[in-house]
Amino acid sequence: MKLEARGVVKTFGTHRALGGVTFETQSQARVVALLGPSGGGKSTLLRVLGCLLVPESGRVLMDAKELPHDEAGALAERRTNGFVFQGYNLFPHLTALENVALPLRVVHGMEPAKAEARAREMLDRLGLIGHETKRPAELSGGQQQRAAIARALAPTPSLLLLDEPTSALDPVMTGEVLDVIRELAHNGQQIVLATHEVSFARDVADWVIFLAQGQVRESSPAADFFTAPQTDLAREYLHGLARYR
Amino acid sequence: MPDPRPTSTTRSVLLSALIVAVISVLIWAVFPDTYRWHWGSFWDYRMLFFKGWLLMVGISIVAMVLSVLGGLALMMGTRAPWEIVRLFCGGYITLMRGTPLLVVLLLGYYGLVSPLRLGDAMPAGTVLLAAFEAAYLAEIFRGALDSIGRSQREAARAVGFDVWQLYRYVLIPQSVRRALPGMAGELVSLVKSSSLLSVLGVDEITQITKLINARSYSSLEGFIPLALAYLAVTLPLTWMARRLERRFAYET
Repeated sequence: MKLEARGVVKTFGTHRALGGVTFETQSQARVVALLGPSGGGKSTLLRVLGCLLVPESGRVLMDAKELPHDEAGALAERRTNGFVFQGYNLFPHLTALENVALPLRVVHGMEPAKAEARAREMLDRLGLIGHETKRPAELSGGQQQRAAIARALAPTPSLLLLDEPTSALDPVMTGEVLDVIRELAHNGQQIVLATHEVSFARDVADWVIFLAQGQVRESSPAADFFTAPQTDLAREYLHGLARYR
Repeated sequence: MPDPRPTSTTRSVLLSALIVAVISVLIWAVFPDTYRWHWGSFWDYRMLFFKGWLLMVGISIVAMVLSVLGGLALMMGTRAPWEIVRLFCGGYITLMRGTPLLVVLLLGYYGLVSPLRLGDAMPAGTVLLAAFEAAYLAEIFRGALDSIGRSQREAARAVGFDVWQLYRYVLIPQSVRRALPGMAGELVSLVKSSSLLSVLGVDEITQITKLINARSYSSLEGFIPLALAYLAVTLPLTWMARRLERRFAYET
């Protein structure tokens, strides 16, 4: 895919989360990593790219097609995307199986039996066999996040958006989840990933967008970004994160 | 996390029995020899008493259904996209919650229903009771809905739910569980409040009991069964609510 943004502005009250963001990726970017310090606008940009948020001004183009600005259009677009968030955003009143199967039935119009079979298949692929009837509270953090990935992937989204999917997990669970994402990336899934896991991003991403204070500071092929960052800020950021890992 | 409140049904039944026993002893001590019990004369009116009980139960059930629907409608109204609807529903809730039920019944019936010949005291009182309780239920529902985090709304949007599906599959199922304890308390209060319909001359059980007492020259012989008649409705209701609450307890 090719992502393109021109002068994208998104504010929350008086806070300008994105202050006129402009960038353009290469035409065949499969895994795009959003990097940068916390509060820099990564999550907001990810939500704009996935049509969860509509910007006040500016345009976003995905493969030369402009993302809609109206709620009905944004909803249709969201239904072709899959999201996984930092917190566990599973529905607490539903079992793991139902968390995956319900959107398949009511959003994607699948037959109940087919939806259940598909949900089982996804949970199986993510190593959650035997946990289908458990509610999120009965699952570990890593299991919850894998169930969330199963839910996001079940309708075969064209784009998977991951917002710091491992920030709330301990190192072992982080490893579990990153393994899953790596495999997806290697199998050709288009991904936009906001993360602090720099070494992981270096491994899977082919394009990096570096954001700070609501501005794009750098937008370059991952190989270039990690070997020779153009800005001091990016250099300091990579250096600071590399110190302890 | 274990529930800190005692949920054991047998324990609460035993406790209630103990309290009743203590009260009985106190009554017996206060009226040693001078009070002559006339259970026989009350027994003659048992069918009338039972009819009054049935009417109380009927009024309560109808008012419960109406008040839950009204409460939901009011709660939705306070978050409607039109300001005039929001203002009306918000104002209605505030006014109702600030007025005693007795005043609502008197004003509603003698000030509105009766002069405009809108209906008899019994249906009018039932609707007024429901209208009053709906304001409290609306606030309980609103609190439950507001307590559901922003992340659940975002997750619902992310899986592609539209606004209707957001309510149907995420917000309502989760808020029902959170609203249940408060709602059960309010419905118990509704049953008890139905006794106030006696001021409109509705032949529900409190009114009937006053009538029987007057006819049979008795007082406690009527009021003690009256209290038991209300408990026969409110205790199972409380017990049922606790069971439901435990069934929905998935988030601990």
